[in-house]
Amino acid sequence: MLGHYFELALRSFKSSRGLTILMLLTIAIGVAACMTTLTVFYVLSRDPIPAKSAQLYNIQLDAERLGNGFQPGGEPTQQLTRLDAEALLREARADKQVMMTGGGVALTPEQSGERPFNVRARYPSADFFAMFDAPFLYGGGWSKADEQAEARVVVISRELNERLFGGADSRGKMLRLRDKEMRIIGVLDHWRPVPHYFDLTLGSFADTAEVFVPFATAITLKFSSWGNFNCWANVAPSEARNVGAPCAWLQYWVQLDTPAKASAYLDYLKRYSDAQRSAGRFERPTNVRMRPVMAWLDANRVVPHDISLQLWLAFGFLAVCLTNTVGLQLAKALRRSGEIGVRRALGAPRRQIFLQFLVEAGSLGLVGGVLGLALTWAGIWAVRQGSSDYGALVHMDLTMLATTLGLALLASLTAGLLPAWRAAQVQPALQLKSQ
Amino acid sequence: MDLLPILATLKRHKTAAGLIVLQVALTCAIVCNALFLISQRLERINEPSGLVDDELVVVSVVGVGPSQNADAQTRTDLQALRAVPGVQQLSVINQLPFGRSFSMSTMRTQADRNAPGVGVASYNASEGWLQALGLRLVAGRDFEASEYLDNSALEQSETGKVTALVINKALAERLFPGADAVGQTLYGISDEPTRIVGVVERLVTPHPGGSDDMNVYSMLLPVRESFRGGAYVLRTEPGRREAVLKAAIAALDQTGPGRILRQQQLFSEMRSAYYAQDRNMVHLLVGVCLALMVVTAFGIVGLASFWVQQRTRMIGTRRALGATRGQILRYFQAENLLLSGLGIALGMAAAYGISLLLMRNYEMPRLPWSYLPVGALVLCALGQLAVLAPARRAAALPPVAALRG
Repeated sequence: MLGHYFELALRSFKSSRGLTILMLLTIAIGVAACMTTLTVFYVLSRDPIPAKSAQLYNIQLDAERLGNGFQPGGEPTQQLTRLDAEALLREARADKQVMMTGGGVALTPEQSGERPFNVRARYPSADFFAMFDAPFLYGGGWSKADEQAEARVVVISRELNERLFGGADSRGKMLRLRDKEMRIIGVLDHWRPVPHYFDLTLGSFADTAEVFVPFATAITLKFSSWGNFNCWANVAPSEARNVGAPCAWLQYWVQLDTPAKASAYLDYLKRYSDAQRSAGRFERPTNVRMRPVMAWLDANRVVPHDISLQLWLAFGFLAVCLTNTVGLQLAKALRRSGEIGVRRALGAPRRQIFLQFLVEAGSLGLVGGVLGLALTWAGIWAVRQGSSDYGALVHMDLTMLATTLGLALLASLTAGLLPAWRAAQVQPALQLKSQ
Repeated sequence: MDLLPILATLKRHKTAAGLIVLQVALTCAIVCNALFLISQRLERINEPSGLVDDELVVVSVVGVGPSQNADAQTRTDLQALRAVPGVQQLSVINQLPFGRSFSMSTMRTQADRNAPGVGVASYNASEGWLQALGLRLVAGRDFEASEYLDNSALEQSETGKVTALVINKALAERLFPGADAVGQTLYGISDEPTRIVGVVERLVTPHPGGSDDMNVYSMLLPVRESFRGGAYVLRTEPGRREAVLKAAIAALDQTGPGRILRQQQLFSEMRSAYYAQDRNMVHLLVGVCLALMVVTAFGIVGLASFWVQQRTRMIGTRRALGATRGQILRYFQAENLLLSGLGIALGMAAAYGISLLLMRNYEMPRLPWSYLPVGALVLCALGQLAVLAPARRAAALPPVAALRG
């Protein structure tokens, strides 16, 4: 029976070609607008480390001075001072802990003649690679002992390894950073967490670093740091990175494997903050934050407002498109009242008429969905060409592909309900009489 | 025109009429808010920077290792750059509007460290900045030669103090409303007060366009950055910018070989990149508005055509009884006006509701009332335009149509 209804639907499409094309386009454009914005939203709001996002916590302490816009219970400084970060790291109360900052450093290639260039750098402490699940192609990270010895070692990205060494195992080779020779101990595989959650100060969708150098080494060698530097007293720029400088500039993350450990750590942080306060270092009342990854991203409003605004706009547009389709399908159904009257008179129950029109709406939705898919591809292409810093990250995957077709089908079936119901209400006697 | 027969007819087509009303209402609500969003973005994009945007090029280099004498190198660079043909004036600036870096200080009018302060973007500018950037002084004076000092002296602290600063008019009005800002002192740069010597008409911060203090207030300090911490800004004629940029890069390669080119841009490109997201949004909003109106118009055409077809007999009868073509035409136009009117009324209420949601969730200002009549007019015109073709077809029906049935 369904096959027959499908045939009837095709025949009806053919008989009113203009109207059908209009409805198809309406559904396709509405669905494509929704899916393009939804894809962008989906990519940008995704969990960057699903396996352990609930176990990784960003740490905030309020080390700033009183005054300076202080509001009780307000958001503490986004980052930690070096003194606090080093104290927490030394006491090592979490399963894993990392203090770090981003930076940039000049790299002079070995091959003579090639000009030096700047590379994106990250200066983390030893747990970094294990904590954030950084995948290694060759070798591994450095140890705590390396760090204490300020070892001149470096881990490089796969992309940099390909550029400099043609992708070969470059462990043991030397890399000239700034004016120092550093030994390569590890090469990462391709790694681009989206968003760049463990350091949002370089931009939420910043590219991953190309070289990783132990924190202590980088500071001693005066590699420059990038990101947010917040000082609350006058301090000479050359002294701002010193221990004890009144500046917050370090990201601090901990890994806590169980909720019990997490609550114990929160207590520990409060005790630490209280101790700093009674020692006279912290002026503000204890106000610590410990946010797991997704809450951290949420609190920092990582998904730009424009994106969610576009999403609402697209769904509003789809609503108008659907209203439009309902109206057009209704007109089309009622125009065929005569045909329905004949079918009803010949014994078709209301349910069958309803089904017939629903099949027609569904087939419209399927074709509209395929068309919409093509338009969504075009939309995503346009987003990728755009100049936003996340454009290149947006792509379509199987989930979104299935969602597109599903949305189109759902939309057209919803739009088909009312017309189908009205068609089923047609009185056969009235129609036959008026023929 | 008698409305009663129209109402009587519509009563028998409640669903279809309701759909048109709903569609017009949704479109009206979205279009009103979209138009407002567009106007806000355009205002942002067109905000003047205070600089001569189309006459500036920016070039910045960084050394590979530690520099022995960055200040001396910078002086050599400046000399070489000044000799580049086409360069009218130049300066070293630590940060620029629309750039990536952002440096600010909290400035207070009182010495007390806990007194309320204002976040102010702080530009370090070397000699020549006023002409190089093309800013306009509205009060006070430019820095004097004796007031300039090297940033390296400041970095080592205790060797020098900033004694003078120039602020933008927005900051002057915020801190000293109704009074003369020149001659007043501000705290926040060092422990000593710093005297305001001038006020510039307009100077946006590196990240203009927001409502936070740091998006609005800015100041200039007489501090010479070295090439490591600043960028060279060169002023030239708009037509010579590319050539000047090229020559400047070559000159810097001569004076300090082996340095890495960090930035080389026309200032107008920086501006354009900064607003790219807003421009995208404007294009998108305009596109959605147009698409919405097209879809709605087609919806009206579709349903009106259906009604004309359905009422062929009625139209024919009316024509046979002496109704003119004009009367038939006006009948359908009035019917559409009635439906659009109802939709617009609902749409305006919805527009206001959406605006409230936007205010709460996106920190948007309230939708000004003036957008509602604009939206109403647009939708009204759209409805009339859409119904014209079906209505004319109806009017063209011959009276015999009634008899043929």
